[in-house]
Amino acid sequence: MSNVNEVIAQFQEVVNQPGDHVKKYIAKTGNKAIGYFYYAPQELIHAAGMLPVGIWGGNIEPSSVRSYLPSFYCGILQTAFEMGMKGLYDCLDGMIIPNLCDSLRASSQNWKVAVPQVEFISLVPPVNRKTEAGVKFLLSEYENIKNTLERISGNKITDQALNNSIKVFNTYRQTMREFTKVARNYPDIITPSIRNAVIKSASFMDKVQYTALVEELIQGLKTLPVKDWDGKKVVVTGIKMDSPALLKILEENNVAVVADDLAQESRLFRSDILQTSANPLENLARYWSTMEGCSLLFDPEKKRCDMIIEDVKETGADGVLFCMTKFCDPEEFDYPIFKKRLDAANIPHVFIETDLETETDEQARTRIQAFTEMAAL
Amino acid sequence: MTDEKKASEMIKELMDKHYEDALEAKKKGELVGWAASNFPQELAECMDLALVYPENHAAAVSAKKASLPFLEYAEGQGYSTDICSYARINLAFKDIKECEALQIPMPDYLLCANNICDLMVKWYENLAVELNIPLFMLDIPYNTEPAVTPARLEYIKEQFRMIIKQLEDFTGKKFSEERFKEVMEISSASGRAWKRAMSTLMATPSPMNGFEMFTYMGILVCNKGRKETTVALNKLADELEERVKNGETSYKAEEKHRILSEGIACWPFLGHNMKTLMQYGINVVGAIYCDAFAKVYSNLDEMAIAYAEVPNCVNLEREVASRVKIIKDHNVEGMLIHSNRSCKKWDGFMYEMERRIAQETGIATAYFDGDQSDPRLFSKAQYETRIQSFYEVMEQKKAAAAAGEGTR
Ligand code: SF4
Ligand code: SF4
Repeated sequence: MSNVNEVIAQFQEVVNQPGDHVKKYIAKTGNKAIGYFYYAPQELIHAAGMLPVGIWGGNIEPSSVRSYLPSFYCGILQTAFEMGMKGLYDCLDGMIIPNLCDSLRASSQNWKVAVPQVEFISLVPPVNRKTEAGVKFLLSEYENIKNTLERISGNKITDQALNNSIKVFNTYRQTMREFTKVARNYPDIITPSIRNAVIKSASFMDKVQYTALVEELIQGLKTLPVKDWDGKKVVVTGIKMDSPALLKILEENNVAVVADDLAQESRLFRSDILQTSANPLENLARYWSTMEGCSLLFDPEKKRCDMIIEDVKETGADGVLFCMTKFCDPEEFDYPIFKKRLDAANIPHVFIETDLETETDEQARTRIQAFTEMAAL
Repeated sequence: MTDEKKASEMIKELMDKHYEDALEAKKKGELVGWAASNFPQELAECMDLALVYPENHAAAVSAKKASLPFLEYAEGQGYSTDICSYARINLAFKDIKECEALQIPMPDYLLCANNICDLMVKWYENLAVELNIPLFMLDIPYNTEPAVTPARLEYIKEQFRMIIKQLEDFTGKKFSEERFKEVMEISSASGRAWKRAMSTLMATPSPMNGFEMFTYMGILVCNKGRKETTVALNKLADELEERVKNGETSYKAEEKHRILSEGIACWPFLGHNMKTLMQYGINVVGAIYCDAFAKVYSNLDEMAIAYAEVPNCVNLEREVASRVKIIKDHNVEGMLIHSNRSCKKWDGFMYEMERRIAQETGIATAYFDGDQSDPRLFSKAQYETRIQSFYEVMEQKKAAAAAGEGTR
């Protein structure tokens, strides 16, 4: 147990001070770091000998950003820009902004001006991702990014290095899938905040080191007895659910997260990169065509909703928590369909809207309380 | 042979006919498609497929002040008020299926293109799922680079081939290269006629009240590949040129200030906005539509590029440049910006764009809050005060310029 606690403490330290952690890494290794939103080819950054850093905004009051983004932009972008403009990302040597929603589309252009010291790196992933033309197009996008990363790092990205990085990341993904399964058995130890801290840390840590630590945690957990859980079990869905206040509300109400469909969490490691071609860059591009279950992926059947229902069945969850990032239109479009499908499947669900972390979550508290009572019926 | 009808009547009749034809096609059991406004309609036109454009429909319904019940219905279904109001209206219509203000047939398939925004993809996903009909997706990638890259062009053209095949299989109709060439030519001719008409707004005074542009441009969305459209738009250009020659205008006030209208029109309050501007002698003599809606090309590559270079699909520098060009060519003194709650992409770098335009041209700028279709998000009082101070700034600038000239 003490070992488990120690490992958990390390993850908590990282998410509490992600910037410090990244800076320490840079100082220690002499490597550079590249930021990215959502689904960027982290493997390429890694293969260039740099640290990929997932950017999710943070706990900061938007002010300077007001001269760039409209007030009805999501908190992730508002706060990421604010932090960038305040110089908090100066430790990054580039920022990959993928064109996955209209807000990101416009933000890519603002970034060039608002945070000029962190080089904007363009990525426009294809919507028709399952067509050969789409794969080919993404390959050309990745080739550009590869060149840029080689220039920034001064390192050539060889096929061998990329193959190695793909292996590293596939191992990371497999380990994370195992972690989410094992964590289900220990809701008293892996509370919602801890679960989030463990998974989110991956955004700021070297993947080899990170994966080893998660592996240690899994092994540590497995030695512990599985206890009965008398609280509620939920599957959460959305872009992210890392508001400390909200996570605390879940804990206060004895709610365990048994699976997630969050862009910041499971969507990043649900599936592996397949080694179907001798060209690793093509394998990387093809990964985009095999991913499923995200509001940012072209999904004309809304498989995402079916996948959530499957998660509920598999985990025996009492219901689903839709954690809506305020002003996120891709998620807002999915919600009415999600609602219909879950209603049809008789699965209770609750809608929670989160905005800036600096705001209080009183409404969330009431809803979660009501939900746990309802789910008890 | 001279046509006695005025261009405005011709255009109105063509729009009415566009909707009637679609309803008629549906009645006859033909397949009807719903299409994104910037989907290359040439592809459907040359296969003689009836299309309806939900954005155009939503705009028309809003201009007739009939949007609110649809918006409220969508919200009842769980759609956030944050979502583009065109999408909300249309997603409500797909359930309600009746619209007294303007009826359209239900679709049998969908043609989506995301050049103007990515929200379009989500909107059409929902239509496809809920109506259980095929969705043919044309992905036109955003141009972060200064020009459409060869990789983008290749990807778009591959998809043209794919969609033609999908349409052939689905509708049983055949695509003919020859007919395609013809439609491309007609569309380009319509585009040239539109450009010619809009270039008359360079004259002082402008030959028309700029708000008329908003009612005319629908025809380019819905019908640019038809000969009748070319004829009507050429008629419009002729009329406007004639007015310029005679120093006449349909603007019913003295044109004291010439402005660029930035952003989608506030459809439910079009009349109010127009009257308010007229009170101050402010005329709209330019909008991004002047150039953007006129796609002129002579082969498939050029057509692909034309659709990839529409507003919202090009980078900040190009968006700035296209506006600066209109401002200079049309002798514009101010830019009135609709901070349109619906359109995240359009508003997304407006602040930076405004700063650059103001710096490059020195013109006055003003914002007002509103929404293209949601009447609850617009305040007449705010609009009126904003216009008043906008007017004052333009007056001051004019006076200062005149004084500057006097001392020279
Ligand atoms: S996907 Fe949603 S949360 Fe993410 S950047 Fe776009 S609007 Fe913001
Ligand atoms: S108004 Fe904006 S968001 Fe809505 S459909 Fe048009 S471009 Fe897209």
